[in-house]
Amino acid sequence: MALESVAPKKQSNQQSSSTNNFLRPSVTIEIFLFYTLGAVSVGSALMMVTRRSPVMSALYLILNFFALGGLYLSLHAQFIAFIQILVYAGAIMVLFVFVIMLLNLGDEKKLNERFSWKKIVGAGLSFGVLMELLFVFAYSKANLPPSQFEKATEIGTVENIGMQLFTTFLFPFEVTSVLLLAAIVGAVVLAKKKLN
Amino acid sequence: MELQSYLFLSAITFVIGVVGVLSRRNAIIVFMSIELMLNSVNLTLVAFSAFLGDVTGQMLVFFAMTVAAAEAAIGLAIIIAMFRNKQTVNIDDINILKW
Repeated sequence: MALESVAPKKQSNQQSSSTNNFLRPSVTIEIFLFYTLGAVSVGSALMMVTRRSPVMSALYLILNFFALGGLYLSLHAQFIAFIQILVYAGAIMVLFVFVIMLLNLGDEKKLNERFSWKKIVGAGLSFGVLMELLFVFAYSKANLPPSQFEKATEIGTVENIGMQLFTTFLFPFEVTSVLLLAAIVGAVVLAKKKLN
Repeated sequence: MELQSYLFLSAITFVIGVVGVLSRRNAIIVFMSIELMLNSVNLTLVAFSAFLGDVTGQMLVFFAMTVAAAEAAIGLAIIIAMFRNKQTVNIDDINILKW
């Protein structure tokens, strides 16, 4: 009796520790992935903002979304990573590319317009926002609770997300369907030929 | 890997999106820059969710993606309607709401 109750516990302990070791990537791989995907993400974002052709911008944005999906995977958020690829890189960007090609837009004429005070103020404000964000994030280090990254393998699974979605977050989930219905009706009405 | 690294990365991406909104004249590219900003905030939420061991951040990202999908559909419909009326998507020429 006593032996029976001890034996399965031991087995489950062994199993959980082995899966943890298997699921947790080694630190060097994690750092390599972060810097590679981060560089791709920032680089493609810069290219997206600076390209003249809207189609090229859209393609670089898709690359950026794929890099973000990889970053989500390295944070063990499997469900969010696949939704990112499916919904963002798949559905939303196809819509963008479709509209760009439908409108048959040419390249933007003057990317670097005349030197005006608006540009200087805009660049200054953007730089200010960047410095502010970096300062807040760097300063917040002391106030954060200790990292619980070992638990991350369990919370990002489809199973756990689905469980939370249909219990704790059931009401927001249902409201979302109303929002999507409103969006469908709105898109059809706005894109109609004549507004009455 | 630390939480701070992910936060810095998302801050940089967010500011690139801000620069895109402020400097570009094509309405569709401005719209894509807004999507970029939304995504950088999503990265912040997922990073916090992973490092604090709390699923709420990922749920918030799920709902933010739903809203972004609805917003993209409506926004592109508005851009098509504007293009039909004015034959342009340059935001300098679309100024009928300007006072």
